Amino acid sequence: MPGLTSPKIRRTAGARLAVVAATAVLPLALASCTDNASANPSGTTDGPIQVTSTDADCKVSAAEAPSGNLTFAVKNDGAEVTEFYVLAEDGLRIVAEVENIGPGITRNLVLTAPAGKYITACKPGMKGDGIRADFTVKDSGKQATADADLQKLVDTGVTQYTAYVKDQTEQLVAGTKEFAAAYAAGDAAKAKSLYAATRMHWERIEPVAESFGDLDPKLDAREADLEPGQKWTGWHRAEKDLFPPAGYKELTAAERAAISKQLVADTEELSTRTRTVKLSADKLGNGAKELLDEVARGKVTGEEEIWSHTDLWDFQANVDGARIAFENLKPALQQKDAALAKDLDAKFSALQAELKNHAKGDGFAYYNELSKDEVQQLSALVDALGEPLSKLTAAVVL
Amino acid sequence: MSGCPFGGGQQPPAGTHSDASEASPETSDGGTRRLSRRGLLGLAGVGGAGAVAGIAAGLLGHDALAAAAAPPAANDSVIPFFGDRQAGITTAAQDRLHMAAFDVTTEDRAALIDLLKDWTAAAAAMTAGRTTGTTGAVDGPYDAPPEDTGEALDLDAGRLTITFGFGGSLFEKDGKARFGLDGKRPDALIDLPHFPGDALESARTGGDIVVQACADDPQVAVHAIRNLARIGFGKTRVRWSQLGFGRTSSTSRAQQTARNLFGFKDGTNNLKAEDTALLDEHVWAGAGSRAGEAWMEGGSYLVSRRIRMHIEIWDRTSLREQEGLIGRTKGEGAPLSGGKEFTAPDFGIKGNDGEPLIAMDSHVRLAHADQNDGVRMLRRGYNYTDGSDGLGHLDAGLFFIAFVKDPRTHYVPMQMTMAKEDVLALEYLKHTGSGLFAVPPGVKQGGFVGEGLFA
Repeated sequence: MPGLTSPKIRRTAGARLAVVAATAVLPLALASCTDNASANPSGTTDGPIQVTSTDADCKVSAAEAPSGNLTFAVKNDGAEVTEFYVLAEDGLRIVAEVENIGPGITRNLVLTAPAGKYITACKPGMKGDGIRADFTVKDSGKQATADADLQKLVDTGVTQYTAYVKDQTEQLVAGTKEFAAAYAAGDAAKAKSLYAATRMHWERIEPVAESFGDLDPKLDAREADLEPGQKWTGWHRAEKDLFPPAGYKELTAAERAAISKQLVADTEELSTRTRTVKLSADKLGNGAKELLDEVARGKVTGEEEIWSHTDLWDFQANVDGARIAFENLKPALQQKDAALAKDLDAKFSALQAELKNHAKGDGFAYYNELSKDEVQQLSALVDALGEPLSKLTAAVVL
Repeated sequence: MSGCPFGGGQQPPAGTHSDASEASPETSDGGTRRLSRRGLLGLAGVGGAGAVAGIAAGLLGHDALAAAAAPPAANDSVIPFFGDRQAGITTAAQDRLHMAAFDVTTEDRAALIDLLKDWTAAAAAMTAGRTTGTTGAVDGPYDAPPEDTGEALDLDAGRLTITFGFGGSLFEKDGKARFGLDGKRPDALIDLPHFPGDALESARTGGDIVVQACADDPQVAVHAIRNLARIGFGKTRVRWSQLGFGRTSSTSRAQQTARNLFGFKDGTNNLKAEDTALLDEHVWAGAGSRAGEAWMEGGSYLVSRRIRMHIEIWDRTSLREQEGLIGRTKGEGAPLSGGKEFTAPDFGIKGNDGEPLIAMDSHVRLAHADQNDGVRMLRRGYNYTDGSDGLGHLDAGLFFIAFVKDPRTHYVPMQMTMAKEDVLALEYLKHTGSGLFAVPPGVKQGGFVGEGLFA
């Protein structure tokens, strides 16, 4: 084991989810940003369509474009914050948007547009209907998918994942109660046997669970995460007590009881709050990616469970959570980018197969039992999966 | 003394410079090829001794004869070593870094002072583009190892600066004062607190003396540290060292803002050498409140943090999120509130969701002086890559260096906030090394670095 005491990265996905939520991404919009107007990530041949938004005007350099990926480079030449929309012919349905463009800033809006009639709109000051113009997309032969069922597939996936989160939190609450009871009663053997398996329910839904910035540190802070004077509670507090390092002074029965009580209370609070979390396709996609990031940062390095060495349980749970999110989006992804769906299937399978090699009984080998080669192999598979997985969100929502 | 079985060079008596006038022809080109870093003798050989006498005069302190060699061909590659302040703080940031922290292994005050004198002489020579020692790299006795390691021969001074600082452990260890420095440890030279998320490795943290060598040529910077380490053997050992390959700050308005390994411009809002009033306010230390710390007046405090970046994970992050986490655009470096790179961020301007365009937990907001009681620092960091970590990931990141007037007010509160709230720090960064050093004021001609501390 390297002598590192690395922090578990807190609030990771939560903060990221919050960012995404705050910008209210619509299913068909993916805004990206660059101030290099020559950049052309969309792969169109004619370069970006230039949009200049001032306080009173909305100049669009072309009134028509071939179907496929389109890039609008939206420059805010006004004094107010602006937005740019591509609306359907009815002028109501938003096909794509880029919002919150500060004065002087250029942002790219990349979208996949099938042939048809559209309306563009700049909205300086983010008020009113905006300054509108007609826009036509002509059939280029590279017809973008305009499957009306696509949204249904996405919606179904999101609904399924929401149910999965609910199921996992219920199991987490039940498991935590059992663990806490054993730990509080001084039944260390039972508590140790429940520790890793119960945490898997947490790790499977980590991006959602971590979205609560106050609860996450109470439940999952590692010792290195603490700030001076901060009270240490949660799973890893119990972990250190159950798997004590040399020279460690064990907690008293009263301290254990207090930690157990707090753990259950915080978990129940978490469960309550997850009921009202609004999920969307981009959150699923980003959440899946973040779970793999968690594996790459903390689990494959053995830093998460520094005393219990049960990192592979967490590893498996993170992969589970990512795979479920992917599976829920897969029907939509297969329509948008079948090759990516196939690639992700293969990479998930390869990683899962390698993890299976380390299965022992109901659980896994301890991290400190793995050889360097085995860790490297796992890490390589995580990277191999993480890279295409980072493309999932854009592929589904664009 | 090494044997000399085949009668190579003449063995000079130890501790003398008697061979200076008899450099053996076979070891000396006599030409100008290495003029910039040749020893005094090389120059004397072509009749130029008089020309350097004036320069030499000021340097003939302890062991400083070497510094009396030829000045490099006149140029802007030399940053003066002597002055009221140490060079390497407000000096326009060079492209390369080699920093080393040393532990002093002797407990003898006189030996420590000798070391500082030797280092001063060597630093003065090297920053002027000359070799160390009296005979340099090639003009010494044939059977002795050269006094200068030689890898910087033929190179110009490369705008080399060498900046020295003292860690708290130089003043006291295990609660006991060292080197008779009781009461001399400045109050501002605190032990940094544990910041949330710190994953400090002891072999990358602390040290009794730090030496920052910056140059435009990496070989020049490495040469400087290598020779200082060598001079220090027996009195010091290197505790850690760090190479940096790309400056991540500009410290002058003449410089373009550089990019860090996340691909973003770094240090846009940095203090600049031109901001002299702000430097007085935020960088240069005062005389303190006790007589024992008055020696620091005109110095500064150097904070170093080795910040590992999770590069591969960052690279899988959407541009939207990258910019959101930083609070600036990636291309131009403009604040998300609008404008160009140097437009002041508007933390109040909001988007259509009522949230600020520059997010509450963005790096720019949390680090900005407006959010930190107006406190600013002079950053001088470098990108680093120390190969890979065994899992195929780059061991790379930012070697953060900042100079501040008082770390208690100008570093700790901001870093505590960042460690707790900055999503960038929480998700993509890991602090693996740390140091805090008192950087004494500059060295006067004939003096030595830290002289005031031993007065």
